[in-house]
Amino acid sequence: MSDAPKTLPSCLDAPVLRQRGQREVFCGLTSIIWLHRKMQDAFFLVIGSRTCAHLLQSAAGVMIFAEPRFGTAILEETDLAGMADAQEEIDRQVERLLSRRGDIRRLFLVGSCPSEVIKLDLAKAAERLSAKFAPRVQVTNFTGSGIETTFTEGEDTCLAAMVPALPATEARQLMLVGALPDVVQDQGLDLLARMGVTDVTVLPSLRADDPVAVGPNTVFALTQPFLGGTCAALERRGARHIAAPFPFGEVGTTAWLRAIADEFGVSDAVFAAATDAPRARARRAIAQAAETLAGKSVFFFPDSQLEIPLARFLTGECGMTAIEIGAPYIHRQLVGPDLDLIPAGPQISEGQDVDLQLDRARAARADLTVCGLGLANPLEAEGLATKWAIELVFTPVHFYEQAGDLAGLFSRPLRRRGLLKVAAE
Amino acid sequence: MKLTVWTYEGPPHVGAMRVATAMKGLHYVLHAPQGDTYADLLFTMIERRNHRPPVSYTTFQARDLGSDTANLFKTACRDAYDRFKPEAIIVGASCTAELIQDDPGGMAETMDLPVPVIPLELPSYQRKENFGADETFFQIVRALACKVERTARVTCNLIGPTALGFRHRDDVTEITGLLSDMGVDVNVVAPLNATPGDIARLGAAHFNVLMYPETGETACRWMERELGLPFTKTVPIGVGATRDFVAEVAALAGVAARIDDTRLRLPWYSASVDSTYLTGKRVYLFGDGTHVAAAARIARDEMGFEVVGLGCYNREQARLMRGVAKEFGLTALITDDYLEVEQAIAELAPEMILGTQMERHIAKRLGIPCAVISAPVHVQDFPARYSPQMGLEGANVIFDTWVHPLVMGLEEHLLHMFRDDFEFHDDAGASHHGGAAMARPEQAAANETAAPLRPGEPGGEVIWLDAAERELRKVPFFVRGKARRNTEAFAAERGQREISVETLYEAKAHYAR
Repeated sequence: MSDAPKTLPSCLDAPVLRQRGQREVFCGLTSIIWLHRKMQDAFFLVIGSRTCAHLLQSAAGVMIFAEPRFGTAILEETDLAGMADAQEEIDRQVERLLSRRGDIRRLFLVGSCPSEVIKLDLAKAAERLSAKFAPRVQVTNFTGSGIETTFTEGEDTCLAAMVPALPATEARQLMLVGALPDVVQDQGLDLLARMGVTDVTVLPSLRADDPVAVGPNTVFALTQPFLGGTCAALERRGARHIAAPFPFGEVGTTAWLRAIADEFGVSDAVFAAATDAPRARARRAIAQAAETLAGKSVFFFPDSQLEIPLARFLTGECGMTAIEIGAPYIHRQLVGPDLDLIPAGPQISEGQDVDLQLDRARAARADLTVCGLGLANPLEAEGLATKWAIELVFTPVHFYEQAGDLAGLFSRPLRRRGLLKVAAE
Repeated sequence: MKLTVWTYEGPPHVGAMRVATAMKGLHYVLHAPQGDTYADLLFTMIERRNHRPPVSYTTFQARDLGSDTANLFKTACRDAYDRFKPEAIIVGASCTAELIQDDPGGMAETMDLPVPVIPLELPSYQRKENFGADETFFQIVRALACKVERTARVTCNLIGPTALGFRHRDDVTEITGLLSDMGVDVNVVAPLNATPGDIARLGAAHFNVLMYPETGETACRWMERELGLPFTKTVPIGVGATRDFVAEVAALAGVAARIDDTRLRLPWYSASVDSTYLTGKRVYLFGDGTHVAAAARIARDEMGFEVVGLGCYNREQARLMRGVAKEFGLTALITDDYLEVEQAIAELAPEMILGTQMERHIAKRLGIPCAVISAPVHVQDFPARYSPQMGLEGANVIFDTWVHPLVMGLEEHLLHMFRDDFEFHDDAGASHHGGAAMARPEQAAANETAAPLRPGEPGGEVIWLDAAERELRKVPFFVRGKARRNTEAFAAERGQREISVETLYEAKAHYAR
C-alpha cells in the first residue's frame, strides 16, 4: 500500500517460522469480555465446563460483578452420559435466562472445548431456540473453544456467525467491521463523515435493531486484523474488502482512511482538510513517547494477531527495531499491507512452541518484550522489560487521537525501569 | 447443566497446579487444549510469582483430535523431562482431555522416564479446585513418602500450604516460630517449597501439623495410617484456637505448652474502651470451611460480635460447618452459588460481612462493611507486608483487618452526636476511607443501606408516615437498616399498618440491647 515504489525488501516476502508445541495463549472465549460490553442487548451463554467459567472469571477481573451479560452453563456428569437430554438442558437454561432477563435481544450459544469434543450440536439448538423466541430474541451460535480459536479469534467466529443472518441490501455503503470502544468508533465515523463518507454501518452493532445489512454494493474496512473468517463470510454475501494497513498510529490511520477515500473518490483537498489537523496532533503525541522508544528493540510473543500492525507502528513511527514478530495466526490477505511496510530483518513467526520461543527471547534480550500475563512477571524477574499484550486489546488504541496513548503503552514500562532506584531481587 | 457466572473454586486441575507450583523440582504435565494456560496468570499475577508455574500443557487443537493427541502427550512429557529435569512428574488431564480418554497415567508409565511419574485422577465434572489440591498432594505423598528413621529431636511437618493459598506464606512463618518457642522444629513444610526429596523425608517427623484441612487432610490421614504420624485437629486461627493448638502440640510432642504472648495485642485491643462499640455487631461469615469456623469463634469470643449467619462453598467441609452453625444456633448455608449467598446476606442485613472476594463485591453493592477471611481472593490479598492469619500475630492482623472497615468507635460516637451537622454527617463517610466528603444536600436524601423490601416479606405491607421516615433518617446510616427492619417487624407483629415516630421509639425500646 505504500505509495512510493519499493526499494528495500519488506517482511511481506520474509520466510515465516512455524513451530508447533505448547502454546501460551487464551482461547476465544476471552473475547466475550469485550463483546458483551459492545453489544448492549446480547447475552453470551458458554456451554462448557468449570474451567470455562473459571477462565471467564479470571479474565473478567472485577467486571464479573457488574451484573455481566455472560455466563457458563457448566456441563455435569449427567450431561455427558446421554446426548439426547443435552438439547433439553440447553432449552431449560435458556428459558430460565430469558424469563429472568427480558432485556436480552440477542443470545449467543458459545461452544467450548468440552462441547466441541462431545459434538454437542449448538447450531441445531440455536436454530430451534431462534424459531421459538423470534422475533423478540435472535439466537446465534459460534465457537470460542481453545481447540479452534485463539483469543481474539473468538470475536471473529462471533461476527462471522452473525453475517449470514444479516438482511440483504443493494445500497452502496461502507461497513466498518470490528468491535471498538465507543469513543474510538465515534472518532472513526467522524473522520469518515468529514471526508463525505456518511453511508456507514458498523458490525457488531450496539443493539439488535440497529439496521446492519450487506450486499453486492457493500464495501467493508476492517478495524481489527483478526477478522479473517468474518471477511470471508462478508465476501460470500457479495461485499468487497478494502485492503489497507490497520489504523494504528498516524501513518496507519492515514493509510487506512486513504484506502477508503480512494474507494469513494474523495479528493485530495477534502482528504487533507479532514485529516491534516488530527495528523499533526497524532505526530506530536507520538513524538513524546517515541523519545523513550527510539533505537530500542522489541520482541513480540503471539497473542492477538495485533502483533504485525503494532510492530509496523513501533518500527515505522516510533523508531524501534523488531527482533521477532510472533503472531498466533497470520491472515496474509489482511495484514499483508502492514507486513509490506516493515523493512525486512525481523523474524516473523506464526504459532508457537513457547519454550523454544522463550529461549529465543532470552537470547535476544530485547529492550521490550511484548507478551501475555503468564510470561510477563517471570521475564521481568529475569531482567527483561515487558509490556503485557492483553491491554492492547482492551484499551482504546485506534485512530489519530489514541496514537500517543498507544505509543505510551509501550514507553511506560521502559520509563518505569528508569525511575525505580531499588533493584528487585 | 448449571448456569454459573461466578465460581468460588476453579476446576480440580487448578488445584493440582497449586500443588505443583508450590513445590520445587516437580513438574506437571497436563493434557489440555490450547487456552487452558490462562491459569498460569493466577500465579504470575495474583500471587505475583516471578517464575512460570512448572506446568507443561499438551495444547492439543481440533486437528489433533483422533489419534494424534496421545503422541502429543508423550512428546510433551519427554520434552518436559529433558528441559526441566524434575525429580518427579505428575500427569493428568483437564476437563476436555478427560473426555477424549487418552489415559495420561498409563501412557506416562510406558515411557520409562528415569523419575517417578505420578498419575492423577481428577474428575473435572464432579469435583473442584480444593479436591484437586488435596488429592494431588495425597497422591504425591503416597508415591514418595515412606517409613524413615525419626529425627532425634522432636520435629513435625507443616502440611497443607499451597500456591495461591490465602496467607499461606506468612502462616508458615508464624507457626514455625510458635513451634520453635515450644522447642519443636519443623521437619518439612509441604507442599509449599518442598521438593520430591523432602516428601520422601516426611516420615522422619514425630507428628504432622495439619494447617489447612482443605488441601492436606487426605495426606495426613494416610500418613497417620501408614507412617504412624498423628496430626493436629485444631487450626490455630484466633487467640483461643492458638492456645488450644499449643496444648494439642504439647500433648503430641511431650513438651510444655509454652506460648510467648508478649507480642499478642488482640485481647487488650478488644478489651479497650474504644472497642465497646463492637459489642453485638451483627456479622455474616462465608468462605472456605476452615476459615469460617475459625472466624466464627473469633467473632463471638474475641471481638464480641453477634454471628447472624455463616456458610461455606466447599462441600467437603459441610459437616464441620453444620456443627459450627449448630453451636451458634444457626443453619449453615452450604452453596457454591453466590446468588444464594447474596440473598442470605440481603435478608439478614448484617452490619458486617466476613467473606471472600465475592462477598466484598456483594458488600459493596449492599453498602455493608466487609473484610476478607478466605480464598478466593484478588491481588490485594497477597500483600507485600507480613500478614498471617494464624498464631498470635495472625490475631493482631485479624483485629486490625476486621475493625478497619467499621467506623471507629469514637468516630461513630461523634457522628451520633453531630449527626445533623452541616459538614460532619452520614453522607460524609468514614474519615479513613477514600472518596471526597460530600456537603449535606439541602433536601436530605434517604441513603438507605437496607435491601429494599419485597412484597410478601414481613413488613412489606406497612407504611411509614412522613414524620417517622424523617426521624429514621436521623438514625446513623450504619444502623439505619437494622432500625428500619426492627421497626417494621415490630409493627407487623402487632398488626399495625402504619409506622409513626411513636412506633419507631417503641420498637427501639423493645429491641434495646
